[in-house]
Amino acid sequence: MKSIYALALAGFLYLPAKAQTYMTRNGKVNFYSKTPLEDIKAENRQVVAAFDLGKKTVAMTLLQKNFLFEKQLMQDHYNENYVESDKFPKAQFTGTINGNVGTTPGTYKVQISGNLTLHGVTKPVSAPAEFEVADGKVTGKADFKVKPSDFDIKIPSLVKDKIASEISVQVVAACTALSK
Amino acid sequence: MQRRIIQTLFLLLVCSRMMAQDSSLMKMMDDAVSESQKGQVVTGTFKATQIVNLPTVESPGKKSLQFMIMHRFGKLNGGAYEFFGLDNASIRFALDYGITDRFSVGLGRSSVDKTFDGSLKYKLLQQKEAGMPISVSLYGVITNYTQRYTDKPYLDAGYRTAYTSQVIIAKKFSPAFSFEVVPSWIHYNLTPTPEDKNDLFAVSAGGRLKFTKRMSINAEYNYLLRNQVVSTKIYDAISGGIDIETGGHVFQLVFTNAAGMVGPYYLAKTNGSWGKGDIYFGFNITRNFNFKK
Repeated sequence: MKSIYALALAGFLYLPAKAQTYMTRNGKVNFYSKTPLEDIKAENRQVVAAFDLGKKTVAMTLLQKNFLFEKQLMQDHYNENYVESDKFPKAQFTGTINGNVGTTPGTYKVQISGNLTLHGVTKPVSAPAEFEVADGKVTGKADFKVKPSDFDIKIPSLVKDKIASEISVQVVAACTALSK
Repeated sequence: MQRRIIQTLFLLLVCSRMMAQDSSLMKMMDDAVSESQKGQVVTGTFKATQIVNLPTVESPGKKSLQFMIMHRFGKLNGGAYEFFGLDNASIRFALDYGITDRFSVGLGRSSVDKTFDGSLKYKLLQQKEAGMPISVSLYGVITNYTQRYTDKPYLDAGYRTAYTSQVIIAKKFSPAFSFEVVPSWIHYNLTPTPEDKNDLFAVSAGGRLKFTKRMSINAEYNYLLRNQVVSTKIYDAISGGIDIETGGHVFQLVFTNAAGMVGPYYLAKTNGSWGKGDIYFGFNITRNFNFKK
């Protein structure tokens, strides 16, 4: 019984003392669709991301309309016709870190798995990731592939050859410790 | 017993503290996202740069060139002999180029009166998710017709020129519905008779209603203030149509009582009446080309 008290007390005191939570508002998500006919690239530099290394959880939220394309028309079509940003403004990922991310500076290779919500559809996604721990800063990087068809994003046959069936997504989030 | 209660309360306290931290993190993330949402510019108020003839607030993006074919067949009331207007056609070709995302220049040529036109469009204000409630674009067109009139040798380039200035005030009320109001000022260097006014004023309104992601119904009404053109009977240009968007193209199938497709012609020279069946069927096709690498 005493030990439970001690453990609870320790947890109670420990949590506020040592920040295990890291967050950023300027995370980066790129995606890339490559076909012989057309390459489509877009970048979102306003991704909100948070890591809790104590609980080994990851969360990310972004606004579809913050994806910038090289061509304005592509951006308009992305928002209006494909991801329907007015109906589904956000894309979200919540997941867990499988593997060890130490507290000492260094690079840690782990596996992340969780749920990606996009275009109103939630699907499990899993990808290798890398955490770079530095003083008061943790940078997470991950690459994975997304199939538009998995997320109920319909591509008309007329432009089928211009949009890859698998889209590469790259995430870089440099988070700083949340001061409590 | 007491011990147990204290113990449970204590554990609850610890747990709630942990949960509070977790939900406050989610709240922080949501706040950060909705903060950046507020500043976002509302895009896609209209699909094309014109409703039928009336310009919209939209312009081609930076370094993109829009090629447009506007085509009107003859009047429907031409009957079977004229194949309901399909025997005749008038056309306008136009090129519009975005110098920046907010400023574009255009060149056009209409078969009506063999008219050349040059235009500028500037997006003065852009509607935002929070704050700015409307978009405003300024549109200026200079037209010069080159039709030869052997009986009027005095018609030099100056006399053949007219200027149309429009302030386009638009609002996207919902993803499906957008509406705009456009006051116009037309200046003719030369009018057909001295009784006709050189400076004409008109007010237009138009809107679109999307019924699928890529299709919408559009309509516009152009009201020319009365007692300005007195030498000929002029009707208000009323037009309606359907937009169909396919990747880089926008097809617009239209019905209108205006034969002209540029500034002064549809606003102040529409002599067809819907009531009498002076209705032109036609289409606008726009195609975008990009020069951005």
